[in-house]
Amino acid sequence: MKQFQKLFLSIIMMAIALALNSPVSAGEWDKVRIGTEGAYPPFNYVDKDGNLQGFDIDIAKALCEEMGVKYEFVVQDWDGIIPGLMAKKYDAIIASMSITEERKQKVDFTEKYYLTPARFVAKKGADIEISTEGLKGKTVGVQRATIHENFLRDNFGKSVDIKSYATQDEANMDLVSGRVDLVIADATVLLGGFLETDAGAGYAFVGPGFTDKEWFGEGIGIALRKGDDALRKMFNEAIQGIRKKGIYQKINAKYFDFDVYGD
Amino acid sequence: MGFNIILESMPRFLDGTLITIQITALSVVIGLCLAVPLALMRVAKNPFVRGPVYAFIFYFRGTPLLVQIFLIYYGSGQFQNGLSQIGLWYLFREAYFCAIMSLTLNTAAYTAEILRGAIQGVPWGEIEAARACGMSGALLYRRIILPKAFRLAWPAYTNEVVFLLQASSLVSIITLMDITGVARVLAARTFAFYELFLTAAAIYLILVYGLIWVFHRIEYRISAHLRAAPETAQPAAGM
Repeated sequence: MKQFQKLFLSIIMMAIALALNSPVSAGEWDKVRIGTEGAYPPFNYVDKDGNLQGFDIDIAKALCEEMGVKYEFVVQDWDGIIPGLMAKKYDAIIASMSITEERKQKVDFTEKYYLTPARFVAKKGADIEISTEGLKGKTVGVQRATIHENFLRDNFGKSVDIKSYATQDEANMDLVSGRVDLVIADATVLLGGFLETDAGAGYAFVGPGFTDKEWFGEGIGIALRKGDDALRKMFNEAIQGIRKKGIYQKINAKYFDFDVYGD
Repeated sequence: MGFNIILESMPRFLDGTLITIQITALSVVIGLCLAVPLALMRVAKNPFVRGPVYAFIFYFRGTPLLVQIFLIYYGSGQFQNGLSQIGLWYLFREAYFCAIMSLTLNTAAYTAEILRGAIQGVPWGEIEAARACGMSGALLYRRIILPKAFRLAWPAYTNEVVFLLQASSLVSIITLMDITGVARVLAARTFAFYELFLTAAAIYLILVYGLIWVFHRIEYRISAHLRAAPETAQPAAGM
């Protein structure tokens, strides 16, 4: 009986601790749970030891340190990442999510924390012209539920066969196996996650970089639940803070030899 | 609820439904054709006949379908050079082929096991009676054991086909635009998860209950001799 009482007591104490821990009102954030995908190198990925790594992860840690809050990462598949935020599985999405009008209807965004162009990749010497005519009959792989998929469907949807994948890695695998002729994604993602790896040795960028605002929006931001204005303000200030202090530039240099913040 | 989204997405859902039906139907038909010889081999006395089939069933029943699909689709991609050399890559290149192949092998394994149980469940007395009439070997199987086994297996087989129809939703992960694939692509764009997956669920319900109805009709037909004859049909019964 004693043991049960002890157990009961500790459960109640845990519940109280949890209740006290959770932010009751604005300005009381002392811990932020961050949702990320963990399958989008070099921005967020799981390394050989099972740890989350990447530009997003480093930025997220730097931002939380700047804000003086504790943090915890939650890994969530991409196509459920916004529903997960709305279901309060985490408080912020730092997963290279582009700020778009469609998404703004469901979530709030901070200011951008980076902005990079989208590009196509094909086999070296494939001689493909990136135009509606040039892409006719080609098969293009793209990650499902991304702005790149929207861009591809709206601009080339009539002339190409589009295959949607759950992760960019799967699209890249099918480019290597020849099931698709091209893939389209963020240039930095393709560079770090594919072209610079052994698998991507025989492949190269084709065509220009795309940054059309209609699809690629205002850049990459942190998504928050609607109405979490205090948290949004904290993140915005922290982004400017780490840029002023040079922390951002250090993280930038760790992953890319060009500026990813844009202007 | 956005009824407009549901209405606007209907044409694409119909395309998806067609893919789901095609994949399921092809897998069921080919799977059944494979399952009958597999089941016969499974009950064979010779361990060299029985063994490989046992291993096949063991693998396909023992591993998740998702893993099998990944293995066949992305696994074959890794051996693209080898497969090209023996001229098979043009098949494995297509997600459609990989999907049907994994579903077919999976259902063949389950169906073979259902049939195996049914074959072994055929009452010994019936076999003995057939033997007494001079039937043996192939004739015995064709006339007595297999028809009886099919009748015994039918309810369990109905379940297997329903299961396969639902399991076919997994093929959306290898880029096929079946019902689930359509729902996922549209939901990614509109974020109308609730509306679109509810629509997908409704379509699956209609398909599954249509399927069950057909299978029940068939069950009714093949078990006609087990029911009491209709009353109008027995005036001549000598009391």
